[in-house]
Amino acid sequence: MSPSHRDRALGWVLRATAALVAAIVVLIVAFLVVESAGVLRKLGPLRFLTDPSWHPTSGSFDLTAMLLGSLLVTVGAVVLATPAGVASALFCRYYAPAPLAKLYGRMIEVLAGIPSVIYGMWGLMVLVPLIGKWQPPGPSLLAAVLILTLMILPTIALFSDAALAKVPDRYVRGAAALGLTRWATLRGVVLPAARSGLFTGVLLGMGRAIGETMAVLMVCGNVVQTPGSLFDPIRPLTANIALEMGYALGDHRSALFVSGLVLMGMVVVLVGTAELVSRGRLHG
Amino acid sequence: MAERAQPWGDHVAAVFIWTAAAVVTSVFVWMLADIVWNGAGQISWEFLTAPTDDAGRAGGIGPILVSTAMILGVCMAVSVPLGVGTAVLLSEFTGTNVTFGRLVRRSLDVLAGVPSIVFGLFGNAFFCHVLGLGFSILAGGLTLACMVLPILIRSTEAGLRAVPNEYRMGAAALGISRTSALWHVLLPAAAPGIVVGLVLGVGRAIAETAALLFTSGYVDRMPGSLFDSGRSLSIHIYDLSMNVAGGSANAYASALVLVALLVPINAGISWVADRWLHRRLVR
Amino acid sequence: MIPPAAPPAHTPASTQSRVLAAGARPMVEAQRVSVRYGKHVAVEDVTVSIGRQQITALVGPSGCGKTSFLGTLNRLSDLIPGCEVAGRVSVDGEDIRARGFDLVGLRRRVGMIFQKPNPFPLSVRRNLEFPLREHGVRDRARVAEVVEQSLRNVGLWAEVKDRLDAPALALSGGQQQRLCIARALALEPDVLLMDEPCSALDPLSSGVVEDLIGQLRAQYTVLIVTHNLAQARRIADNVALFWAQGGPGRLVEHAPTEAFFESPRDPLTIAYVGGLRG
Repeated sequence: MSPSHRDRALGWVLRATAALVAAIVVLIVAFLVVESAGVLRKLGPLRFLTDPSWHPTSGSFDLTAMLLGSLLVTVGAVVLATPAGVASALFCRYYAPAPLAKLYGRMIEVLAGIPSVIYGMWGLMVLVPLIGKWQPPGPSLLAAVLILTLMILPTIALFSDAALAKVPDRYVRGAAALGLTRWATLRGVVLPAARSGLFTGVLLGMGRAIGETMAVLMVCGNVVQTPGSLFDPIRPLTANIALEMGYALGDHRSALFVSGLVLMGMVVVLVGTAELVSRGRLHG
Repeated sequence: MAERAQPWGDHVAAVFIWTAAAVVTSVFVWMLADIVWNGAGQISWEFLTAPTDDAGRAGGIGPILVSTAMILGVCMAVSVPLGVGTAVLLSEFTGTNVTFGRLVRRSLDVLAGVPSIVFGLFGNAFFCHVLGLGFSILAGGLTLACMVLPILIRSTEAGLRAVPNEYRMGAAALGISRTSALWHVLLPAAAPGIVVGLVLGVGRAIAETAALLFTSGYVDRMPGSLFDSGRSLSIHIYDLSMNVAGGSANAYASALVLVALLVPINAGISWVADRWLHRRLVR
Repeated sequence: MIPPAAPPAHTPASTQSRVLAAGARPMVEAQRVSVRYGKHVAVEDVTVSIGRQQITALVGPSGCGKTSFLGTLNRLSDLIPGCEVAGRVSVDGEDIRARGFDLVGLRRRVGMIFQKPNPFPLSVRRNLEFPLREHGVRDRARVAEVVEQSLRNVGLWAEVKDRLDAPALALSGGQQQRLCIARALALEPDVLLMDEPCSALDPLSSGVVEDLIGQLRAQYTVLIVTHNLAQARRIADNVALFWAQGGPGRLVEHAPTEAFFESPRDPLTIAYVGGLRG
């Protein structure tokens, strides 16, 4: 083959490759839709919100308790991880002496790479018994929130760090020249300037929290109920899929795909918003 | 009033930030120490190679490690060519068709955000049922391949973008085809980016559990082929600590093995990335 | 004394006869060539004939379209997104902008040297071997011979013969640039395009490269873009002045070096050359 033919052939091969890769997302959505279509057509979407309970084998498909579970866990984790994550980034960039900052940064990176199943195991073996001693039974909304906080903290910290790195030095020097204290500089100048980056990090952390399965599954108790307190066990959507997919058949299986579709929808909205924010079309 | 409040606020903020860092550090140390403390005792050559026994309470993790390696192998064998190919298209060939490139990028952004359990659902429906692979290492590896693609593509593309344009111009001016220029000059120059992506991808794949639950399955026997079900290390840890009473000792030991595999991987990436950055700055 | 600013009307049309002997076949010919990047017109309506085995210096202030024009001669402008070329360009009588023209062959015949030395991140030897193999020279002995000869031609052989397998990027800037010239010469081109090949080098290396370019005259048709009028005067047989007066770059005057400096016709040339004298 002549070189120019080879180039053209390569171009087409690469285009086909990229098309295949791009098709994966379409395929995922298509499969979720097709697999959940059965039960959706039969029962209609409303039944998932209005049924009295989640007893899929006897035709009762209420998802609200688990949706609420997912929501509570996510909100709790984001509320705790945001200040801690941003503080971690500020620590690295403005408070810690250089060697300590480097060490701490490395630690956050390692933390980001630790598998969720390890967080879950540690939560199950250490955290849950501790909570159990204080307020039985132990596996609870609180345990899930704490473990998830630990898991999304690196995401938020790394994004915040990147956002802080983009704030021009002259802002900080300018503020220092005005005699502002360190915190006044950070609060008044640096954090506002890094706002959209921080917000992007929080949104992505939220996406990670809502989709997280293993860590939550192992510490949340997995009781389908609306929790009355922080110490009650709960079951989020993700854990439900993981627990029941192994034996689910027919409408039950289909209903699990419905919850997958719901999860996917929430994550797409979060990722989309994060993208808009990071491109500056929206202000956080 | 405000002026007087300032230094006070400064102190409170400093205390809060140092406390936050201290808490995060101590939890990290606590977690790692706990795993090492409880896991190190069981680790031996015997443990790493022996078959599992009594649902994992006894015996070792030999077949688990083999299954994990096979799943990883399938995942990388599929995702690396697809990922590198897509990255090359995005960075070197999209000049001609911007819309297509944008479409691919957007779908990758979404793919990166898909929860792992949803990958599990998809893998189960598509690879296990539609393609008829059943619960198998192949199905698990393919599911993971879909998952790590965005990571691979992003860092390969970053690697290619960091290659100075002079090389492309120089190659074209010498009448060298784009294919050869890519193969002999651009991809080697982008190697650090590809390596970072590869290592990140391996790290992500090795850490994954939820996507494998219903694709590669639970079977803890030594797999005979890619069509057998095989239990990954992460699923082993999950199963031992959640479903097997008395399995926590071996769960800790397996967790230690998993962490021991991952920490060097993460450290390695930082090292490669640092060196690469350094070299580029020096030049 | 510097003459007053030039009036806008000037026609370079008749300059050709001063450069090319009657009946001589030009090596490179441009007819009414324009280059635009999106809406920005960089070069407009350049018509010029370049004789064989001569060095032609393209001079003029920054941003007057010299480099853009050079890029049309080996169609490297194809690679720049949004770049559009109009007009006819021929090399050795062939219209290189014809549909389906063999680009690989064109770029083998028309070599290019860039402002910043751009050896590949390979060894010194591989930098020369790689393009040769690409163009079908596969015989090992032949390749080794061409590598040595090309390095000798640029005076680099003695300096690098003991480290042919060292990374090319470890060479000094001047050595890198000579390696790039050797790499282009190894393909035995007819034409060499040089885009300010000395401007990124230190004065010493710059002198070495300049001497080398002067020696290329016997074998190659060289077009060299330079900001350095003294350099143009030292090495060029002909000089072409490009000028952009607020608008696109145009060819103002194209004349034999001596005439260009001693008896320029266009008021702009007079002013530009006058600047050198003054």
